[in-house]
Amino acid sequence: MAYSDKVLDHYNHPRNVGALDKSREDVGTGVVGAPECGDVMKLQIQVEGDRIVDAKFKTFGCGSAIASSSLATEWLKGKTLEEAGTIRNTEIVQELSLPPVKIHCSVLAEDAIKAAIADFRKKQEEHRSAATRSA
Amino acid sequence: MKLPIYLDHQATTPMDPRVLEAMLPYFTEVFGNAASRSHAFGWKAEQAVEQARGEVAALIGASDKEIVFTSGSTEAINLAIKGVAEMYASKGKHLVTSLAEHKAVLDTLKHLEKLGYEVTYLKPDRSARISPEQVAAVLRPDTILATFMWANNEVGTLNPIRELGALCKQRGVLFFSDATQAAGKVPVDVEKDGVDLLCLSGHKMYGPKGVGALYVRRKNPRVRLTAQIDGGGHERGMRSGTLNVPGIVGLGKACDLARLELDQESRRLRELCEHMQKRIEKELGYVQLNGHPSERLPGNLNLSFHFVEGESLLMGISDVAVSSGSACTSASLEPSHVLRAMDVGEDLAHSSIRFGIGRFTTRAEVDYAVDSLVKAVKRLREMSPLYELAQEGVDLKTIQWQSGH
Repeated sequence: MAYSDKVLDHYNHPRNVGALDKSREDVGTGVVGAPECGDVMKLQIQVEGDRIVDAKFKTFGCGSAIASSSLATEWLKGKTLEEAGTIRNTEIVQELSLPPVKIHCSVLAEDAIKAAIADFRKKQEEHRSAATRSA
Repeated sequence: MKLPIYLDHQATTPMDPRVLEAMLPYFTEVFGNAASRSHAFGWKAEQAVEQARGEVAALIGASDKEIVFTSGSTEAINLAIKGVAEMYASKGKHLVTSLAEHKAVLDTLKHLEKLGYEVTYLKPDRSARISPEQVAAVLRPDTILATFMWANNEVGTLNPIRELGALCKQRGVLFFSDATQAAGKVPVDVEKDGVDLLCLSGHKMYGPKGVGALYVRRKNPRVRLTAQIDGGGHERGMRSGTLNVPGIVGLGKACDLARLELDQESRRLRELCEHMQKRIEKELGYVQLNGHPSERLPGNLNLSFHFVEGESLLMGISDVAVSSGSACTSASLEPSHVLRAMDVGEDLAHSSIRFGIGRFTTRAEVDYAVDSLVKAVKRLREMSPLYELAQEGVDLKTIQWQSGH
């Protein structure tokens, strides 16, 4: 299979590989996929106010899955949570010129973004209710 | 060293220059139709075909008249299985095989099932082997054919052919072995090994593509086949169609070279493979060998690299040509059916790479491949969430994965 130049670029020079401390309250973590399916993506965001100030990923998967998650972290940085929630897999497909058999990689990246945002919001929720209880 | 390096010799092999040289005259000067009985052009072509028939027969311990030339192994497999099924239908309609066979065998059997035949698919052990005991337990009075490959194309495992052959003979069941990967690589003797039908292919043994052969036993017992291609009655009526004379000459030469060099070459390939495996295991942890540790094809090494997906690994070693059992590399998006049948585990099937070392592979090429592989695996593990979890001491099997794919 021939890969697009952008997929190759992200594969060879992935942006934002790494991990943020998942126990921190300002960090949201999303892990999607399964090893049996050949794809697992872990995507993390660090949030200040409602703006994403940092994003990191680690991916087990094919080159297109690595590229999709790398691109996602690039796009997430600097966006508000609301803006981040509007990122669609079709935009990833278009940006990376993914062939039809690789569309699921972009779906997984969108799922990972949503999961990270949901995790962050859940933490905030828990923090607020804990604060209310202790008050 | 010339890049890229070809380490995919179970897919196909380059033609040996000595084979090409033997073939060349038969494209131009000696172009006759081997079936033309009325002139020297035909006689010369026929003579060349008969010499090649002898060379193929000699490689597998058969006699000349037991060799039927085909367009390759797939056609030979179709002829063997469908030909036996059709010829012996009045005796029974049951066939036995293994889940680790090549698709050419499995899909041919699927076709027969649609026609009312019954097929038992035996599950191989974790090394992809079938045991005679397993087969003995499923043979029935109406079983007409057992078909088990000599060497597995993905993991290189050798089946216990001689034991399987003896069992089939004792139970009066015909035994067909797909020896596409084995012929010319390991000793094959249809008499001692008790095989009734066997196929081989030119391009897997440094011969040309588009030519192969089917061995059909003529004595004890005499095997009869219903032809699947009708026409001029070539190949004793078993396979009509004008003979591919240059291809057949090439196949004969390839068999001859393989036979003469088999001992020396298989020793060299085993050593290279062992060297490769040792180096990889020394430089990387979490590596699993797929297939049998000793009963395997010389030159084949199938490894799973934990926490790394196969296709991404192929991208990382782009100047080394290998193949992967990962779903992502197949058109069907299904991981290898062989690794699944072996219960390797879906995750490790996605992480498998098949290295196929061949006649012209050098030690320097193997070392280059290992260097580039080790580098890629380390890099990909650094970006693998599974590796991170394993480093934290989490057992991946205990995690509930969220998955819709």
